[in-house]
Amino acid sequence: MLQQLFEGEKIRFAAFDAEKDAEVFSKWTHDPEFLRLTEYEAARPLAPFHIKKKFEEMEKDAHGDFYYFVIRTKEDDRAIGFAHIRWIEWNHGNARLNMGIGSLDDRGKGFGSETMQMILRYAFEELNLYRLSADTFEYNEGAQKFLLKHGWQCEVRRREAVYRDGRYWDGLAFGILAEEWQAANR
Amino acid sequence: MASRESLIAYRVSQRVISTSDRRYAISDMPTMNNLFTGKLTRLVAFDPEKMGELAAKWSRDSEFYQLFDSDPTLPRNAKRAQEHFRERAEKDRAGDFPFLVQAPQDERLIGEGALMHAFSPHHNAWVAIGIGERELWGKGYGSDALNLLLRFAFQELNLHRVNLGTFEYNPRAIRAYEKIGFVHEGRVRRSMRRDGKRWDNVYMGILREEWENANR
Amino acid sequence: MNNLFTGTLVRLVAQDPENAATIASWAKDTVYARLLAVEPVTPLNPKALRERMERPHNETFFRFGVRTLADDKLIGFVILMHVNHTHGDAFVGIGMGDADYRGKGYGTDAMNLVLRYAFQELNLHRVSLDAVVTNARAIRSYEKCGFVHEGQTRGTEFRNGVHDNLVTMGILRGEWEKLANR
Repeated sequence: MLQQLFEGEKIRFAAFDAEKDAEVFSKWTHDPEFLRLTEYEAARPLAPFHIKKKFEEMEKDAHGDFYYFVIRTKEDDRAIGFAHIRWIEWNHGNARLNMGIGSLDDRGKGFGSETMQMILRYAFEELNLYRLSADTFEYNEGAQKFLLKHGWQCEVRRREAVYRDGRYWDGLAFGILAEEWQAANR
Repeated sequence: MASRESLIAYRVSQRVISTSDRRYAISDMPTMNNLFTGKLTRLVAFDPEKMGELAAKWSRDSEFYQLFDSDPTLPRNAKRAQEHFRERAEKDRAGDFPFLVQAPQDERLIGEGALMHAFSPHHNAWVAIGIGERELWGKGYGSDALNLLLRFAFQELNLHRVNLGTFEYNPRAIRAYEKIGFVHEGRVRRSMRRDGKRWDNVYMGILREEWENANR
Repeated sequence: MNNLFTGTLVRLVAQDPENAATIASWAKDTVYARLLAVEPVTPLNPKALRERMERPHNETFFRFGVRTLADDKLIGFVILMHVNHTHGDAFVGIGMGDADYRGKGYGTDAMNLVLRYAFQELNLHRVSLDAVVTNARAIRSYEKCGFVHEGQTRGTEFRNGVHDNLVTMGILRGEWEKLANR
């Protein structure tokens, strides 16, 4: 019997729906904290129109390997975040994970942890990747704790790679190997 | 594998760079130099323009395309063939790897080969190979080029297995594939009709370990 | 002002589509190509490469050819990628395609030139690079230029049945200035 990949306890993975989701995504980008925790590029609010365009570009750049999930609560079917596996190097078995819970009110409720568990299973049991990479910033202690909790290791510290709020911060590169995840989850 | 210690504190100017306690030089790696060079052939870049001319030349012998694919064999016009290959190149997915086969002594283009659908979670791909010049059949050119494609599949694309499909009426190719190590895995019975008879589609595959064992 | 593009052994030149044939010929050496590439290496079609080089420039990429001062021979390339002025960071890539010019200081000279360009013309704060851990000669050269080891991503390069680490190195403006003013 194959495991359910898209249904969790409190959340489920869904496809991006431009009509339903662009507005709430746009709202998140008006919170500079959200962007600065998840985005390397300069924070900028985006109208729903541009959210849709950005999504279409991302899909085009993926050349058929587009693994983007909207996180929706099961209780009230709200879109609360996203998880995205991108830049897949099939020959090396490596890819990058990007994820975020959009609203401060939705954090600290276990949605992120459930998302992480589900996306790791997808990466290692459906895409059969060898490893995943994720980047965060020195000032994002929450993300660092979160990644470490889920078995990631900090592999690279790119010194003074990010400039925000008048000073330089280190960029941190984390990695998790399929065999580590499998050892902990089987 | 690197040691499992967490690297939260960065190291300054490490003198020794090693992986899994193993230090080695580029010369230790097998085949590094000659990924695309075999004993009799060389794999070179696929060129839609050249392919158009070659398709026109090779299609004059109706048997070549009958052996290569299941479309009705036709003489091809170079210019239209070129257009077709250009369009196909636009649609090529990231995991498609077409090549032309060259005879190194006179740089003549003698065939084409490809690995298709190589980027997937299933780590396998389809291989195809064809030598266009009849007088070169049965002399090992096809096998040499196919071995290069397999080496590329297993050592550069890191695949787990390679699939191929061929036709019951191509016994010379089937023998060559068997010699290289492909295993018969199934037949789709009487699915082809040519020359007034019905023929099976023959499916074969080779696993990474099988190829490695045959190529120590 | 010093001539930004001239070093002691080489000079940096514009990357010219005319050079496509030479650059494609270097890719025939798959040892070289596999140390440079993330994607699977393939033989380069000079015509296709030339067309790619003729396309309009991506503004976040600065591509240079490397020519010897002695006889103006094109021996390699160096490139600044993903130049990000918000954060003042860029990745550098370099390759001495002509095997006769490896291990003799030409690459180091080209790297020093591009670092000077990055810090003095682009006003960057740091330059980063990635290299496969087995590329010992290149890594030694980068250390000589002042790059500092910042960690390794585990098993990121899978070739010939082996998962090798990818080494990340970086040099900060202050570090480079100290070295340059020695």
